[in-house]
Amino acid sequence: MTDLLDDWRNGGFGLYVHWPFCQAKCPYCDFNSHVTANIDQKQWVKSYNQELARTPEALRGRVLNTIFFGGGTPSLMHPDTVAAVIEAAREIWPFANDIEISLEANPGSVEAGRFAGYRDAGVNRISMGIQALNDEDLRRLGRIHSVAEARAAFDIARSCFDRVSFDLIYARQGQTPQDWETELQTALSMAIDHLSLYQLTIEDGTAFGDRYARGKLRDLPSDDSAADMYQLTQDICAAHGMPAYEISNHARPGAESRHNQIYWRYGDYLGIGPGAHGRITMGGIRYATETYRTPGAWLEAVSKGTGESLRESLDHSEAAAELLMMGLRLVEGVDLDRYASVAQAPLEQEQLINLANLGMVTISDRRLCATDQGRPVLNAILRDLLVG
Amino acid sequence: MTELSKIRNFSIVAHIDHGKSTLADRLIQETGTVQSRDMKEQLLDSMDIERERGITIKANTVRIDYKADDGETYVLNLIDTPGHVDFAYEVSRSMRAVEGSLLVVDSTQGVEAQTLANVYQAIEADHEIVPVLNKIDLPASDCDRVAEQIEDVIGIDASEAIQVSAKTGQGIHETLESIVKLLPAPEGTRDAPLKAMLVDSWYDAYLGVIVLVRIMDGVLKKGMRVKFMSNDTLHHVDRIGVFRPAMQVVDELGPGEIGFLTASIKQVRDTRVGDTITNDRNGCEVALPGFKPAQPVVFCGLFPVDSAEFEDLRDAIDKLALNDASFSFEMETSAALGFGFRCGFLGLLHLEVIRDRIEREYNIELITTAPSVIYHVYMKDGEQIDLHNPADMPDMSKVDHIEEPRIKATILVPDEYLGDVLKLCQDRRGIQEDLTYAGTRAMVVYDLPLNEVVFDFYDRLKSVTKGYASFDYHLTGYREDNLVKMSVLVNDEPVDALSMMVHRDRAEMRGRAMCEKLKDLIPRHMFKIPIQAAIGGKVIARETLSALRKDVTAKCYGGDATRKRKLLEKQKAGKKKMRQFGKVDIPQEAFISALKMDS
Ligand SMILES: Nc1nc2c(ncn2[C@@H]2O[C@H](COP(=O)(O)OP(=O)(O)OP(=O)(O)O)[C@@H](O)[C@H]2O)c(=O)[nH]1
Ligand SMILES: C[S@@+](CC[C@H](N)C(=O)[O-])C[C@H]1O[C@@H](n2cnc3c(N)ncnc32)[C@H](O)[C@@H]1O
Ligand code: SF4
Ligand SMILES: [Mg+2]
Repeated sequence: MTDLLDDWRNGGFGLYVHWPFCQAKCPYCDFNSHVTANIDQKQWVKSYNQELARTPEALRGRVLNTIFFGGGTPSLMHPDTVAAVIEAAREIWPFANDIEISLEANPGSVEAGRFAGYRDAGVNRISMGIQALNDEDLRRLGRIHSVAEARAAFDIARSCFDRVSFDLIYARQGQTPQDWETELQTALSMAIDHLSLYQLTIEDGTAFGDRYARGKLRDLPSDDSAADMYQLTQDICAAHGMPAYEISNHARPGAESRHNQIYWRYGDYLGIGPGAHGRITMGGIRYATETYRTPGAWLEAVSKGTGESLRESLDHSEAAAELLMMGLRLVEGVDLDRYASVAQAPLEQEQLINLANLGMVTISDRRLCATDQGRPVLNAILRDLLVG
Repeated sequence: MTELSKIRNFSIVAHIDHGKSTLADRLIQETGTVQSRDMKEQLLDSMDIERERGITIKANTVRIDYKADDGETYVLNLIDTPGHVDFAYEVSRSMRAVEGSLLVVDSTQGVEAQTLANVYQAIEADHEIVPVLNKIDLPASDCDRVAEQIEDVIGIDASEAIQVSAKTGQGIHETLESIVKLLPAPEGTRDAPLKAMLVDSWYDAYLGVIVLVRIMDGVLKKGMRVKFMSNDTLHHVDRIGVFRPAMQVVDELGPGEIGFLTASIKQVRDTRVGDTITNDRNGCEVALPGFKPAQPVVFCGLFPVDSAEFEDLRDAIDKLALNDASFSFEMETSAALGFGFRCGFLGLLHLEVIRDRIEREYNIELITTAPSVIYHVYMKDGEQIDLHNPADMPDMSKVDHIEEPRIKATILVPDEYLGDVLKLCQDRRGIQEDLTYAGTRAMVVYDLPLNEVVFDFYDRLKSVTKGYASFDYHLTGYREDNLVKMSVLVNDEPVDALSMMVHRDRAEMRGRAMCEKLKDLIPRHMFKIPIQAAIGGKVIARETLSALRKDVTAKCYGGDATRKRKLLEKQKAGKKKMRQFGKVDIPQEAFISALKMDS
């Protein structure tokens, strides 16, 4: 059995860099993103690097497996900004030979012009938010690009990078399983080796959330129809050789997003930039970190010494809950022995057997996995396992 | 000690919200009983729950001194009574202590069901009745029409009805004058053995039990030893006084007077309303006729949401019962809900009030099961059982027949809604007894089974008549009918707390409605759940709650695991509010909501 001291080795080590700006706020989105007219990229480089510089000694010796520039819209970053952050990271950590450096990009024409610059800065994977493959729906989603622009941007990205993934949102207003099937087939014909396919989630505090609360967000598919679309997605992607490896992520075997896998395998990751979360293990203790959310507050906090707003140690049950919650998202599931060592107690056998009898989970080789049937209701499985 | 001819005792009675308590305010204020800086609206409604809901629950007595136009000073004892039908008992016993009633009628509304009920009680108590038309300050006020209605519907002379605004004070002087002129003075003999009526009693944290008395004959003095005739107990009177409305100690109370005594009595249970209090020796020979005790008619189970709070609940119920003799309780165990209490109430509002107080004053969250009534179950072997809880229903094969309580309900309604009201009553197995008109309002009298009424009849009545109907009822007796116990099975397990008694002819309909409701109320689970209603072994209705198919967070917020963990912790708290039946979680509100009928 492993103990918590080096539990992080199970997941790898990554760096998340949050870029909090977008050109326009999308009505469904509750990510930490803000719209601002002028951004002083130099100031941001300085602040990111200051944050990197205060990396605790205990984390410095590790090999860095991944870097992820997420947002917001990181494709609004100047390639020099990206390059400077990557260089600063290289000064602190030895990079793994196969280090994965991803950047989220919006599929507009302007950002497409920067792709070569990102490549030169060291980025080797692009994740592009295409969201829908018809213009009408893009408008409804409040997106500022067209399908044609997205396709053009995607082609440029392909020419610059070996690894390009894109995101679609489905179970949208008025969308039927048939509509989605057609769209998905088109997406698969474009895709290289990775796709993120998210069911539309109505989040509180967004424009969609407000409209929904007022009963004004019409024609959303029923849960059953959305569930049908989910199943369809699993089947069609698998048939195209891009099976799900996580709830919403599909890849040819070997092409998975390694950075996101660190989250799901509950490895260690440092989060810098506004509102970034981190999980780091030091001295055998697992810490959760958070930074100030608004760009202004974060910049100011960094200038005063640290952007961190919270660093708390997680107790065994909290860490174990997170391990399970993240791990069961993956098709590969969770190592039960690792769970037991983090939780300092095994999962309750009776619940496991119940869930297995219902066909929600399987247990083999000491690994607990949610089945195809179980993953779409993972929250219910977690409630049973964790709440009892 | 006041001369009999200078005393007037009266109750203020009316339909709910017609302005009794506000009128009492004005009478108190006009006579200077309370300094104006101490005045507040509905001064006599002192319980939190009364103030919050703006209704009177407990009758209140005040003594006021009034210097009349004839130059004499009179002592007026007024009793403000509740209007809601659940507390009709408070009105009837208050009336026994006085000689007259001010019948308040809202002049914008007219005669309503409790107006009638109160008049009949006042007539039965031999009262002089003075009609008061209230709220004349409002534009909708129509005194002529309402006076005519009083004459037509009630049959009392309303030509001298006083026109009042309890809000502005208009007509208050006339009211006081009429009280003095029209109401009779009490009778009684000072030189006789003490004969006092125990009108009410309640618990006070400082003084112990306070007993409200009306002296019929003789004199009550501090220091006396008195006998409570119903149980022959002796008490040493350590304090007597009157309410103004604060307690004011006096030396003695003579015939015709109303006041209180304390006698180191520890429990309200040791006093019996309607009892006769007399001297310990050479007391009066014949006791007063007494009152019929208030009987709980609606029963339900109260269970703590958190089963660890059972002892706290017991404590809370014990304390509330100390002060409320009309509320009964006994321990109950439910396979579904664990330990709790089966409680009896005067009606649904009473139930709500008690439940509210437990939840708020004692901070215990409750699961309330469906209200039920007492059935008389006659067994084939001759035994008779009072069934308070459908879960205790004996095996039908051993039952000879079942009787259920019936009521006589009086409903007043504008005639455009009459059809809906008749339909509602028919649907609830009612038998029409009478239908008359007074102007544009119909008065319908129905014989109805109480169990069809206790639950949501009043809500339905309000909704089909847009709030324009008024309703009053009283129990009339028991009658045999074709009644059966309907049980409910969730995921093939019977849920005792959902079982109910229904009429056989209505069982399918109720069963279907219940299954449909439960299907909406129970959250989807990872497996499909059959929901069935059954009579004995026979399933009469069935629904299937399909399995949960979508419940997952689609996207991952960078590495924000905290957000998801917090969400799960919240769900954990939510899950605590559910009860587990086998593998199924049922939300607590389902136990009540499942029974609501849409027609
Ligand atoms: N405009 C106006 N409103 C009045 C008058 N009298 C009472 N009200 C209002 O009518 C409502 C009910 O008054 P209450 O005095 O509480 O009525 P009640 O008959 O004691 O009610 P219950 O005790 O619940 O049966 C309150 O909002 C009063 O302010 C009046 O003469 N004019
Ligand atoms: C952090 S966002 C950033 C990507 C980039 N800014 C963009 O919009 O193209 C990552 C992805 O989450 C998905 N997403 C955001 N809000 C969502 C919602 N409410 N429901 C479903 N998916 C959502 C979108 O597919 C989006 O591409
Ligand atoms: S979806 Fe992307 S572009 Fe739209 S607001 Fe969110 S982060 Fe910005
Ligand atoms: Mg009142």
